[in-house]
Amino acid sequence: MNSPFDRADFDLIASWVQPGERVLDLGCGDGTLLRRLIDERGAKGYGVELEDAEILAAIANGINVIQGNLEQGLAGFDDQTFNHVVLSRTLQTVRHTERILGEMLRVGREAVVSFPNFAYWKNRMAVMSGRMPVSEDLPYEWFDTPNLRFFTLLDFESLCDKMGLIIRERQVLDDAGRQVVEEPNFLGSLAVYRLGR
Amino acid sequence: MSGVGTVSAQIAHFSEPLRLKGGGVLPAFDLVYETYGTLNAAKSNAILVCHALSGHHHVAGQSADEFGKPTANVGWWDNIVGPGRPLDTDRFFIVGLNNLGGCHGSTGPASTNPATDKPWGADFPVVTVEDWVDAQARLADRFGIDAWAATMGGSLGGMQAMQWTLSYPERVRHALVIAATPKLSAENIAFNDVARQAILTDPDFHGGHFYEHGVRPLRGLRLARMLGHITYLSDDQMAEKFGRRIKSGAGSYSFDVEFEIESYLRYQGDKFAGVFDANTYLRMTKALDYFDPALDYGDDLAKALARARAGFLVIGFSTDWRFSPERSRDIVHALVHNGQDVAHAEIESVHGHDSFLMDDSHYHAVVNAYLKRIKL
Repeated sequence: MNSPFDRADFDLIASWVQPGERVLDLGCGDGTLLRRLIDERGAKGYGVELEDAEILAAIANGINVIQGNLEQGLAGFDDQTFNHVVLSRTLQTVRHTERILGEMLRVGREAVVSFPNFAYWKNRMAVMSGRMPVSEDLPYEWFDTPNLRFFTLLDFESLCDKMGLIIRERQVLDDAGRQVVEEPNFLGSLAVYRLGR
Repeated sequence: MSGVGTVSAQIAHFSEPLRLKGGGVLPAFDLVYETYGTLNAAKSNAILVCHALSGHHHVAGQSADEFGKPTANVGWWDNIVGPGRPLDTDRFFIVGLNNLGGCHGSTGPASTNPATDKPWGADFPVVTVEDWVDAQARLADRFGIDAWAATMGGSLGGMQAMQWTLSYPERVRHALVIAATPKLSAENIAFNDVARQAILTDPDFHGGHFYEHGVRPLRGLRLARMLGHITYLSDDQMAEKFGRRIKSGAGSYSFDVEFEIESYLRYQGDKFAGVFDANTYLRMTKALDYFDPALDYGDDLAKALARARAGFLVIGFSTDWRFSPERSRDIVHALVHNGQDVAHAEIESVHGHDSFLMDDSHYHAVVNAYLKRIKL
């Protein structure tokens, strides 16, 4: 897996956050992204995390972290409390996909979602050759992956359409973190979306 | 692993009257306290540890006997205080005290009422969490501590830690609110009232003036503690620790002590009734019942907490059914609503409400990580 410090989607997300804005990072891990948004962008950050070890690391990192399970939604968080609600490389691990997307746009004005694109050409090649893909953005074997949902840019966009979510911006990256413009559903390894209502 | 070693309690006398929330005035009072570690020159490294219902000033270490030698009396939160422990005495100056109305050396119902020269008994006022914090502020003044690095406590102690941020927002930089709740539920109050009724209806209670009769309402206090103790444990823990085991191996079809849980509860009840004061117990449970900072804010906890300037660490425990982890979340979400600083952990534990006293490595690591962040 990439080192947290060279996660290209973090660069994009950081560029979208304005000073003083409130950000909620769902599945914030040790708080690396939030630390960056606080230090570089002057954001007011909160994170939600499930794992004990990550909670401990986030607290040590000086993060406002709340222990909770995303599968249970964001009960307790008030409507429209945050400027951005971030779900970075986590949507594919969540069972209740529609609910979490709905919750993100309930508590926040904007949802920022990044996920690995299953239709990336290297993934397609792997499946063509008869094996489940293992790549920079899908770094697990099939038997130990935390990922529950495998989907593509087109799949995600059709879900957004069904849910009435507006795609405000889409950035697609290859497995080296370079921006992809042409044929994103084929050449893109990681997609980052800004969604609104 | 050794902690803070042998410790001795001190007494601070306060001769300025203290006006109480319930309307009364205490003309003067004593607070008994212990300290661990060294207050730095800037007086910026002080942590106040607030006790819960049956706690007191002896937080850590072994109490000294009259010759200064250590006794077997180890503080109630010794496992978290000491060199290298989360409340690191190489870094922090820790203060523990016995609250007003207590029975461990601070002015309370068994103390002499200067107006009558007899024990206060029933006439000792009902004190609140707010009153305790006001008294604690006097102690902080005595040390010259303008602001605590942190206030901290579990259960009723956590309520005090929280109340500090509301009563004296500028005087507390961090609050560690553990196994607490922003207010008691009806069920919580119900349990407290049954405990109080056990005491109030004991013939030896004498309307709270039992000291003059040379008796103590031991039966009532014992029952109150037995009931309370059930609510501090979890069902799983009781099942594991006692199950349905019978002391003698078989039932005797009588009302003698048979099941091990009965034996345990009676032992706990007797032990507690032997050392605790019934009037204090009544007041501690009332302080719990009355605590409700949101009451004056239309039941809006976020509004109530808005004036806090402290950063918070809020910790709940999975099997705590007295003050469930959801109540900790209520505090967290009110703080998030306000954009205040808060970290939160929900610790997996089998020990119910008492979990906050346990030596759990993850729990202590969380407290340690948070306290390490505090700049002195």
